[in-house]
Amino acid sequence: MQATKTPVLEAVNISKSYGEKQVLADVSFSAGEGEFVCIVGPSGTGKTTLLRTLSALGTANSGEVRVNGMAITRPPAEVSVVFQDYSRSLMPWMRVGKNIELPLRRYKLSPAERTTRVTEALRDVGLEHAKDLYPWEMSGGMQQRVAIARSLAYRPQVLIMDEPFASVDAQTRADLEDLMLDIRARLGVTIVLVTHDIEEAVYLGDKVIVLSGRPASVSATVDVPLGRTRDQISTKSRPDYLELRAKIHAMIMQSPSSVSG
Amino acid sequence: MVAVLLVIWQITASVGQLGAVPTPVEVARALLAIFASGAVWEPLGTTLAGWAISLVLAVVVGIVVGFPLGTSRLAYRLSVFTLDFLRTIPALVLVPLVVLLYGSGLESTILLAFLGAVWAVIMQTIYGARDVDPTALQTFMSFRVRRWDTVKFLLVPTALPYIATGVRLAAAICVLVTISAQVVIPAGGLGEQILTAQLGGAVPSMYAYIFLCGALGVGANAAFGKLEGRALAWHPSHRKVSA
Amino acid sequence: MSSPFARLIVPALLPIVLILAWWYTSEGGSSIFFPPLSQIQERFQELWLFALVPEHVVPSLQSILWGLWISIVLGVGLGVLLGLNGYVATAVNPVLQFLRYLPAVALLPLAIQLIGIGQEMRVTIIVLGALWPILLNTIDGVRGISPGLIDVARSNRLRNFDWIFRVVIPSASPQIFAGIRASLAVSVILMFASELLGASRGIGYFILEAQRQFSLPEMWSGMILLGIIGYALNVVLMAIEYFALAWHRKARI
Repeated sequence: MQATKTPVLEAVNISKSYGEKQVLADVSFSAGEGEFVCIVGPSGTGKTTLLRTLSALGTANSGEVRVNGMAITRPPAEVSVVFQDYSRSLMPWMRVGKNIELPLRRYKLSPAERTTRVTEALRDVGLEHAKDLYPWEMSGGMQQRVAIARSLAYRPQVLIMDEPFASVDAQTRADLEDLMLDIRARLGVTIVLVTHDIEEAVYLGDKVIVLSGRPASVSATVDVPLGRTRDQISTKSRPDYLELRAKIHAMIMQSPSSVSG
Repeated sequence: MVAVLLVIWQITASVGQLGAVPTPVEVARALLAIFASGAVWEPLGTTLAGWAISLVLAVVVGIVVGFPLGTSRLAYRLSVFTLDFLRTIPALVLVPLVVLLYGSGLESTILLAFLGAVWAVIMQTIYGARDVDPTALQTFMSFRVRRWDTVKFLLVPTALPYIATGVRLAAAICVLVTISAQVVIPAGGLGEQILTAQLGGAVPSMYAYIFLCGALGVGANAAFGKLEGRALAWHPSHRKVSA
Repeated sequence: MSSPFARLIVPALLPIVLILAWWYTSEGGSSIFFPPLSQIQERFQELWLFALVPEHVVPSLQSILWGLWISIVLGVGLGVLLGLNGYVATAVNPVLQFLRYLPAVALLPLAIQLIGIGQEMRVTIIVLGALWPILLNTIDGVRGISPGLIDVARSNRLRNFDWIFRVVIPSASPQIFAGIRASLAVSVILMFASELLGASRGIGYFILEAQRQFSLPEMWSGMILLGIIGYALNVVLMAIEYFALAWHRKARI
């Protein structure tokens, strides 16, 4: 939380074009230790491109991504990604336990320690008894929990999430949002969540990065002073919450270049 | 890439690294020679004739047998196991029997190729006839469309893409079995030429005939693949997404 | 109609009727080419249960299984390499298509000339025919792997070994199995054809010898045995596939 400390994840002047078409222009932001940062922007503003750059799955034309102050060029061990499409990010031929264990195989862990990590990660997402199920035997929300557990077992400092709750129903979505707040509180992991949903961004974030325009750039960085414990009903009815939501909504709507695009 | 492989083959063969294998240049020369001398036409004709006749027979019989089996649930269930068993038996197994019955002429290769290929057409016709959309069928019934029109406008268009696939498979199988039978019986055509060339020590022309056989297989598959593409053009799984 | 009883009995009716029809028409038949089925059955019991099994069945099965095994190892190995290197796969595709549609039996004289008529020749010719369906299907399967999985693997920094053996190959396995099924059929054909042209043992050799000596019941018993073996191998493969691909079947429901 100290301003002087090196941010865990930092994007510095990232620009990216696909051929003639520029998608990102000079995007910069940072996420401190244990911080919950939401990147919000309308569909088609290059959120996925930004996310791929942040996790080094794609490369930027200029600018750099730093993890603990070091520029990265390949997917780093400190960062793990939870993808939107859970049904394709879990391997249907492996049971849940094996799915979670897969990224751990590159480390020389004893079998006992591997099992411990898998069990712990499953407990963290509230799926203690799901170890021997296949992903396709579970509901969408449970599958996304498994994907989150896989990332947690990896013990990353930063969790990057790409519209992780876009394809589940509203109730499950609320549950998963609270799960993420809980995980951040208990494990102190930094979370960067990309979403098009302003409500979700304000409810979850300590800080909301508003992305707008074509090419997309950061039009505002909004602090969310709602405290760290939040509640689906009481938080969402607080006047300051509603005010922030309206303010960000207005920013996105009024962004001149998003109209021309 | 093909060129690169040919060059590698040429170099290794000409320095004698491959033992008795001739260089591609020698093979090409042999290929030209069999065309120039006209020696190729008669065996090629025999092979093509055997192939075409067996294919037509397989397609006609396959469709005639397959349609009733596909439209009746009972007939399908009665025959599915038998068909499954029969189609796993390779046609070439019958070579010794067929030779006793019909000798080493064209009839033998036609019969064998027919027996090898007919299953593919039967199975595809059955799949096609079974794939009729029940909603469409009910629509036709509720409008009291005449029986023959139902066949003409619903059954046939539904089954056609499947049958086209069956015809392509059958075309490939007929090439395969015809040539194989000609080699093992031996029964004339390109197949026997390969064997004759080997026994006579004419190694480059053996390769030339082998090459022709491969070209025939590729050609048959490509030609009937086009046909299949056309029959499938309306099919949702085949429709190109228009950008 | 869909009771388990009906499900077993209905498909079995036609084979039973056909066999009975064969039995009774051949019984009084005069054609020497179609000896009575009762006689064939007698010979079958004498020869194949199990007097001649070590001499003729074992070498044939060995050829098939070795040929198929080598084809699977080579086909999947090369298929993964080519599938992961799209440009190379596109470049060699014409050659592979040619080899796939080249009737492998046409290569028999060539194999005999180069290798002789031993067991190695038969295994070689089976590999030359059975390799292509597995290879081409593996390439297709590997190239069809979902981009989402590639991202997951990269962001989780999977080792190359885990990436290939736990993600790429399982993901392509439905297509690989389809290739193996096609290759099995090819293997049986090539085993038989190669034994017709050059062997001193094996089922194909036995059938040919019986034919030359006009021992038709023996010949028929050999042909029936070959049919049963071909079908049985197919059933075994389907059973393996059924268990190995259980996830695939269920995940799609």
